[in-house]
Amino acid sequence: MADPLRFHYKVDGSNFTSAGEASVEVKKKLRQLGFSPETIRKVSIAMYEGEINMVIHARGGDADVFVYPDRIEIVLADTGPGIADVDLAMQEGYSTAPDNIRTLGFGAGMGLPNMKRNSDSMRIDSTVGVGTTIYMTILV
Amino acid sequence: MTVGELCKTLDLTPFSVADEDRPISGGYIGDLLSWVMGRAESDQVWITIMSNQNIVAVATLADVAMILLAEGVCPDEGVANIAASRGINLYGSKLPAFELATRIGSLI
Ligand SMILES: Nc1ncnc2c1ncn2[C@@H]1O[C@H](COP(=O)(O)OP(=O)(O)OP(=O)(O)O)[C@@H](O)[C@H]1O
Ligand SMILES: [Mg+2]
Repeated sequence: MADPLRFHYKVDGSNFTSAGEASVEVKKKLRQLGFSPETIRKVSIAMYEGEINMVIHARGGDADVFVYPDRIEIVLADTGPGIADVDLAMQEGYSTAPDNIRTLGFGAGMGLPNMKRNSDSMRIDSTVGVGTTIYMTILV
Repeated sequence: MTVGELCKTLDLTPFSVADEDRPISGGYIGDLLSWVMGRAESDQVWITIMSNQNIVAVATLADVAMILLAEGVCPDEGVANIAASRGINLYGSKLPAFELATRIGSLI
């Protein structure tokens, strides 16, 4: 099978206001590549939520997007605090976002559920004190 | 109804005029960004009182037709320019969100 197209982004963990840049770039790329609005929407939502989580919970990280003819894979890796209880974190409404982040509109505890809902498969590898890597696949 | 027509009818304040011909199919009201990301649909008006730069990325990715700031809220410093450079329609109104929603609902 042909090698996938790969897009790599460093996600800056120090700027809460301009967060989301990598996701906006990926949306642009997928549009140029001619993917359907529905696929673009799923990737946009799933990646944005993961990107924002790396910024607000993990001091930034690395985002990779692999584009295959039949699927898009998103890998978000950070070396932040990790998630102690993934099942709890996945629940709608659960959030540890601090107040200064909440005033910007984050912290509803809906990000991980949005990622789950918009991807066809999602895996979270997380170790407390080491970091978190999230793999999402969206079928085309 | 298009963004431009809505602006004229409701006498909205234009902060960033990017695509006046964009059609409007409905609306979503919310200030928590993950709710908006998960629930707002393409071509809707997003009514909010959130005014920081993050609304531009959310509007881009959720593909809403326009952001409409309610209650006389103005965008934070620089946000209107960023919206314009990203092709995002950003308008404002003195009216509260409920009032805006009922009027838009009767227009579309
Ligand atoms: N990359 C990460 N590193 C460490 N903790 C994380 C990470 N992603 C999520 N979490 C934890 O999981 C919780 C739930 O994440 P989720 O995205 O659902 O909600 P949120 O980010 O708090 O709020 P929202 O996404 O609605 O703005 C977070 O509050 C945080 O405690
Ligand atoms: Mg989140």
